[in-house]
Amino acid sequence: MELNKFILAIITSEPDKVSGGGTPVFISRNIEEQDNIATILARVTEGVIHDLGNGVYILIKH
Amino acid sequence: MSTFLQTMLIGVLSGSLLRYVMLKRDYRLYPSYPHGVVIHLALGVIAAVIGAVAIPALAEKEFTAVTFLALAATQFREVRSMEREMLQNLDQTNLVTRGPDYIEGIARVFEARNYLVMFTALLVGGVTFWSNFFYGILTGLAALIISRKLMKGKVVGEIAHVRAGKVRFEGANLFVDDIHFMNLGREQVRKIYLERALGVIIEPYDDNGRATLANNGQRRAIAHDAAALLGIYKDVDTAEFTPIVRRSLDTGRVGLVIVPLEKDITILIEAVKKVPVLESAFSTPLKTTLGRKAAD
Repeated sequence: MELNKFILAIITSEPDKVSGGGTPVFISRNIEEQDNIATILARVTEGVIHDLGNGVYILIKH
Repeated sequence: MSTFLQTMLIGVLSGSLLRYVMLKRDYRLYPSYPHGVVIHLALGVIAAVIGAVAIPALAEKEFTAVTFLALAATQFREVRSMEREMLQNLDQTNLVTRGPDYIEGIARVFEARNYLVMFTALLVGGVTFWSNFFYGILTGLAALIISRKLMKGKVVGEIAHVRAGKVRFEGANLFVDDIHFMNLGREQVRKIYLERALGVIIEPYDDNGRATLANNGQRRAIAHDAAALLGIYKDVDTAEFTPIVRRSLDTGRVGLVIVPLEKDITILIEAVKKVPVLESAFSTPLKTTLGRKAAD
């Protein structure tokens, strides 16, 4: 089985909800900044942003 | 004109004509490339020549000539790998990919059509040789009609009912009616989906249709054809607007969500209905006793 989906980055406004791991974590001060960082990263990496529903966005390469 | 010449001429002409008629140049964008047309016409003529020459060769007791038919068959198998390779390479740069199943289907059709041309030329050549050219032409026409009918595969509209569905969000999750598609993080993307996206629900008529639509390759073919016809609101860096097809686990229904350039639901429904059912996806569990028992 080939692994072809990757978490490229985590963008969060609630840093206490993520920790460690090999994925870069981008911490933002508010939702607008979070949205902005996520958009730029998604455009650059050609990934898709998914919302975990707790203030944490993950950027996935499909 | 000698009988040999007449046989050859009518056989080659009818075979080549058949190949030309079977070359479709339409929205599937293939083989609309002019050079692709030249390649396939040339191969078609070669196939027709081989077919047409067989009967006169047999009549002359030149049996070695007939073995060339077998040799030709191996050559035409190359056509399939040639098409497959090319389409696979081109697929990598498509915004909405065809997927390997669709490509395999197209490649197989190209190979099969050359054999059809060969058989037609053989048949027409035979009839012309043993009767006259008038019956030869008549046979050619009949072969043309029969092969068009035989090679016409099924389309999605024949195995399933296609209707519009409502695109909606539950939090960040995208749904069409009750089928879940994906989670979309950004508010702006969700807004675009609500404004521009179209959703379609494909309801299989029976268990055969359900099994066929469950095939991932078939679903990618549906997404590709819909995008090719309606245009797609997407670029390489906006992967979130890729049209996707998902299945309802409870009912076996399949849903399509697409952000088209032309927002026209009736055209989308027609487009989905006309998507060919792929040979590799077509499945008939109802033809077996166990399949029928499982269905009730």
